[in-house]
Amino acid sequence: MTLLQTTQLTKYFGDTHAVDHVDFSVREGEVLALIGSNGAGKTTLVNVISGLIVPDSGSIRFLEAEITRASIHEKIAAGIARSFQLVNLFDKLTAIDNVALSIFARQGKTRRLFTLADADAAVRNEASGVLEQFGLLPKAAALAGGLSQGERKLLDVAVAYALRPKLLFLDEPTSGVSTREKAPIMDIITQVVRSERITAVIIEHDMDVVFTYCPRIVAMHQGAILADGTPDEIRSNEQVTANMLGTDRHA
Amino acid sequence: MDTLIVHVLGSLLYASVLFLIAGGLSLIYGVMRIVNLAHGNLYAFGAYVSAWAVGVMAARWPTGVLYALLPMGAVAAAGLGAILEPTLLRPFYRRAEEYQLLVTFGLLLILDDLMRFLWGPYPLSASQLYETFGSLSIGETIYPNYNLMVIAVGALAALGIWAFVYKTQFGVILRATSQNMRMASALGINVNRVYVQAFTLGCFMAGLGGAIIVPSQGAVLGMGVDALIMAFVVVVIGGLGSLEGALVGALLVGVVREIGITLFPEIELAVLYLMAAVVLLIRPAGLFGRP
Amino acid sequence: MSAIPLPPSRLLGGAVLIVVALAILPWVVEPYQTTLLSYGLVMAIAALGFNLLLGYTGLLSFGHSAYFGVGAYAVAMTVKYFKVTSLEAFVVVGIMAAAAISALFGFVCVRYTRIFFGILTMALSQVLWSLAFKFYNVTGGSDGLRVPTPSLLGTHIAPGEDKMTYLAHRYYYYVLGIFVVCTALMWVIVHSPFGKALQAIRDNETRAEFVGVQVRHYRWVAFLVSGTYTGLAGALWVPLNGLTTPDILHWTFSGEIVFFTVLGGFGTFTGPIVGAIVFNYLKTFAVGYTVYWQGFLGVVLVTLVLALPTGIMGMVGRLLQKRQKAPAA
Repeated sequence: MTLLQTTQLTKYFGDTHAVDHVDFSVREGEVLALIGSNGAGKTTLVNVISGLIVPDSGSIRFLEAEITRASIHEKIAAGIARSFQLVNLFDKLTAIDNVALSIFARQGKTRRLFTLADADAAVRNEASGVLEQFGLLPKAAALAGGLSQGERKLLDVAVAYALRPKLLFLDEPTSGVSTREKAPIMDIITQVVRSERITAVIIEHDMDVVFTYCPRIVAMHQGAILADGTPDEIRSNEQVTANMLGTDRHA
Repeated sequence: MDTLIVHVLGSLLYASVLFLIAGGLSLIYGVMRIVNLAHGNLYAFGAYVSAWAVGVMAARWPTGVLYALLPMGAVAAAGLGAILEPTLLRPFYRRAEEYQLLVTFGLLLILDDLMRFLWGPYPLSASQLYETFGSLSIGETIYPNYNLMVIAVGALAALGIWAFVYKTQFGVILRATSQNMRMASALGINVNRVYVQAFTLGCFMAGLGGAIIVPSQGAVLGMGVDALIMAFVVVVIGGLGSLEGALVGALLVGVVREIGITLFPEIELAVLYLMAAVVLLIRPAGLFGRP
Repeated sequence: MSAIPLPPSRLLGGAVLIVVALAILPWVVEPYQTTLLSYGLVMAIAALGFNLLLGYTGLLSFGHSAYFGVGAYAVAMTVKYFKVTSLEAFVVVGIMAAAAISALFGFVCVRYTRIFFGILTMALSQVLWSLAFKFYNVTGGSDGLRVPTPSLLGTHIAPGEDKMTYLAHRYYYYVLGIFVVCTALMWVIVHSPFGKALQAIRDNETRAEFVGVQVRHYRWVAFLVSGTYTGLAGALWVPLNGLTTPDILHWTFSGEIVFFTVLGGFGTFTGPIVGAIVFNYLKTFAVGYTVYWQGFLGVVLVTLVLALPTGIMGMVGRLLQKRQKAPAA
């Protein structure tokens, strides 16, 4: 079943065609990688779909509902969540509080002023469970600002995951992390994504990561989709190799 | 018709002084991203120094020569600024904005009492400079010539600042630093020096405003705090960081205030603050500001 | 929010001890001291409210004098126009008036952050100041409005009874009671899911939006609660002072509120309370000591921001943490 479908989605910044008439679809249960050199439009595409930026034209449909110009709040309610390339956490809150906030928000409990957050055992247990899935339980009481970079990247994903989305966008989940940490991080992420059967779109630069973990790859270039297929198909696609592969090894 | 001219002149008079204060505030913010809550007190300091200098020499020098003492206020304010920036403000550039506001608020309190300490609780006057200039008749009304001079100084200052910022090399450096501090630094510009120079210039402007208005209004404790809030209104309307904005904002405020005082004296102040609030709502960057 | 590193049971025990100490105070010290502390407790309520916005939501308002003044003037006008003089009525009126104004001003202000937010709050409080200053017939202009000693729970001050003693006993207990309730309530609010959402907004506005917290709305609610607390403080202050003047609407009084919150430490829950009480003593001392008390306070503020930015309670918290890490003797 098609979860997400964009049709001729476009966003220009002045003369720059950041997203250029993109037709992009995601089926339920897929784990796909979105690749492309810097400036190809990957993050802008995700920003438009997730609601941070309003598109100039085109449409986005999610589960048969038109969400092109919906607010961030509405898109989250519909089931779309995202993590961030540059880690975006609540640094002065503990790891468990970071995750618990997603849960409280999801359940509409953030409207409550006169009950104690820590007294909500159900939420706390769920948050602990999420942390455990991401291997972060030992750090539950640590402030998010004090965690290591790898832990912060995982927590960033965990916070988005705790919204229990149907579609999860991960923006460079292994960027800024040392090479030997990348595999464990991706292992955890893909393990969670598969076991919970979440549909995931992963923006990545590291081709090793991409080829190892993602059965479908969508390549973008200058705002448009260049190729869309399995790792083998992408590897043998000349346009893709000319534009991206071979020189693309930055973290 | 005559009353109209008088009112126009009244607006221009107020606008001239306001432009000097607000322009200084805006310049400092434009270059350094600092909002100096004590800025009004530099205007007051300029007024006090000039009035004091005139008072000291009044017995010995003929009135005509005393006018030469007025710029002392501007110079003194500039000097004070040159001392304050590296000592009190520089430690806070890397800190959160909140702390900058707090330290300049503390500075406001200190300067208030410094002036009280230096010159006492009673106003200082330099009114002989106001009267000796004479007056001219506009129809049936008599208008003091000194006010015309203030307007002239304001206009000259606006021109001078504009030329300075847009036509000199220092102005280029100033604008480069204000637009992109890191880039300017990477290009070899001594940012610390630019900062202290910009701050000094801003304080000079405020001090000049105080110096030229003191013959007409005297130097009074509390004038700084009142002036600051008006400067904020101007800067909000015109745009924080823009000199053209400060000019246009000052003119607007001058006109509205004049209308207000003449027709609705009770809500005149409230109208000005409300104007600021309304501009903030419709166009938060101000008329000329960068969002 | 940096918490004082002690277990909750010890904190609660400490709080109870403090309340008990405050309760027996009027029997131990002279009425002047108790009344002085009443002022401190009233300002502490204002500081608690103010810090919900600053410490917990990350918004620095330079216009909180507006809500304090609205509370005070609402009480004064209730006396002037309706001849009502019960403290219960004062509290209700103060809360309602402050809530209405903060709802209105907040709606306008929360669309901005940082410096524009600060300037807008300042401008709005100046609007109120100028109205109070100019409309002599309604507000008494710079003379202000007098407020007589109110009745407390139906009991009036007996004719001939010393006002100072009345204030130091019954009024003090009334204020203490409200202070305890306000503190407990604010403690619950900042530890609620709503409070966590505010802190999330403070730490990372974008991410808060992306976990489904509608930032502007939450800021507005925080503003409303914050302004209402400060207005309640104003309503409790004016019978103590006997008089309300436009000064408390002026932006420089907002600066004082910021000052004592930062003095106590805006990164902690108890900081604002401690700061307000300490500042009250500091200012009283300074005013009595020198005519240049403003400059003195200015020097304190500058030193504070330079040397002790986390405030008194921030420093206390750090010292306690060091003690815990030191090896057991």
